[in-house]
Amino acid sequence: MDRQPIIECRDLTKIYGQQVAVNHLNLTIYEGEVFGFLGPNGAGKTTTLLMLLGLSEPNAGSATVCGFDPTREPLKVKRVVGYLPENVGFYDDMTALQNIQFVSRLNGIPDDVSLPLIDELLKVVELDTEKTKRVGHFSRGMRQRLGIAEVLIKEPKVVFLDEPTLGLDPDGTAKMLDLICSLSKEKNITIFFSSHLLDQVQKISDRVGIMIKGNLVAVGHIDELAKAKFGLDQGDYTLEEIYMKYFKEGQA
Amino acid sequence: MKGLFVICRKELSDHFSSTRFILLFTVIMMVSLVTAYMVGAGLRDELQGVAKPTLVFLLLFTSPGKFFSLIQFIAFFGPLIGIVLGFDAINKERSTRTLSKVVSQPIYRDAIINGKFLAGVIIIAVMVFSIVMLISGLGLTLIGVVPGPEEIGRLVIYLVLSIFYISFWLGLSILFSITFRSIATSALAAVACWIFLSFFVAIGAGIASDMLAPVEQNAAATNPEMVIRHERVRSVFSLLSPMTLYSEGTTTILDPLRKTTQTILLMGPMERLSLSRFQSPLPLLQSVYLVFPHIISLIAITMIFFAASYIVFMRQEIRST
Repeated sequence: MDRQPIIECRDLTKIYGQQVAVNHLNLTIYEGEVFGFLGPNGAGKTTTLLMLLGLSEPNAGSATVCGFDPTREPLKVKRVVGYLPENVGFYDDMTALQNIQFVSRLNGIPDDVSLPLIDELLKVVELDTEKTKRVGHFSRGMRQRLGIAEVLIKEPKVVFLDEPTLGLDPDGTAKMLDLICSLSKEKNITIFFSSHLLDQVQKISDRVGIMIKGNLVAVGHIDELAKAKFGLDQGDYTLEEIYMKYFKEGQA
Repeated sequence: MKGLFVICRKELSDHFSSTRFILLFTVIMMVSLVTAYMVGAGLRDELQGVAKPTLVFLLLFTSPGKFFSLIQFIAFFGPLIGIVLGFDAINKERSTRTLSKVVSQPIYRDAIINGKFLAGVIIIAVMVFSIVMLISGLGLTLIGVVPGPEEIGRLVIYLVLSIFYISFWLGLSILFSITFRSIATSALAAVACWIFLSFFVAIGAGIASDMLAPVEQNAAATNPEMVIRHERVRSVFSLLSPMTLYSEGTTTILDPLRKTTQTILLMGPMERLSLSRFQSPLPLLQSVYLVFPHIISLIAITMIFFAASYIVFMRQEIRST
């Protein structure tokens, strides 16, 4: 693989009080890949995302996102990185269009440029018929897809998705995963996402990272991880089995 | 800068379309109209016998009419406008989880708080300005006196002071909306502060001056210094209330015949004579000098509270949960 690294973390560390949330994280993510970030709740996945966005300052170490240091140049990073928080919120009394338009204005996109783009994006996420409806009445899946559209309005190079499929029904999950795949393939957007749904992660990720208690315990392609853990080169171990093995070792 | 205007624009449209703003504005409009009408009607009777009335126009705002004057009304209910505009500024964004989305856009973080404060100040300015204009218009038709340049100057100062006074309460309630996670708590805290600073400080000042500088019985006739000292202690303490600060300041600005902010004066017979002989209004600049400390303090406390909310907001860790 001779792809360019787009995100690099070097000894990234975050400490909350006595607790080490992220412990000397070293991670490189290459342009255009789909990277699945796994780990139990409270393992430090969201903290890592926040540090990479410049929303939270690391206590030690550094990171580079698209060539910028998020701590020193957060605005430049935020211009090229889209972030979909876990359970993204919307202004419920505004319509879908108004919500996206607000985000596009915050990104400094003039209205005459953004309006056709918004129409196009709403079509991509299958919300074009709901454009003028208030977000307050939207279902979970619709909100999540609207969130994706909001993230894409700034035409990002990298997208951070925090639990994008959390709380979605099977149909919604499938749609969301298709959407993520198509983004990476068609627009060459690097996708860095965290999730608990291991079979789904296995389906769409190029590589995965497993984080337990602030430590990154494994990174690589699923087959590589299976080989390292079980000493076999067949790919018939599911990610779930690999994950549970790492998880139990991490807890011990 | 761009982020600031985008936030400000959105906040403005939110405010103008919100039900509570429309309700509050209607109530305040109605009360101001009724007050102005009563004052205007009463004024016409009063002026009937006066040969050459001076500065009649300002009486529209200062004369208490049947119940209370407009400036008393703003002093009482202005804080409520500020509180209503600001008490859920930040914590509502937190509870709807929109804050983490907004901060992950390429804008400076202070654009959020500046935009919200600016939008609030614009709303306040629109509100106060329209009330004053409404009453002026009503006054023109009711009593038919045209304001001179000096009266307009006084009204402009009054407008600016009112905007600062209400913005102080806006800053206070925004500060609470940052520090308290729950919307109900921040609203209650802001209202509690309003009641304490506006009403209890006045009572407390009376008690404090009774303790620190008590007046003995029948001292008023024999020992005027004692009464003055008592009065001075009371006024120092009552200035802790922004409402006192504001009403003393604006009353003096709008009433050119008021030559001091003190309620009790020690005067010799000659001074008394000259005061009654030369009952002429103060020029605008002199009125301003008289309450300059009030004006500066009012502006200062507004700035301090906004600065405090700015600092607290900038230091707060933003988590998505």
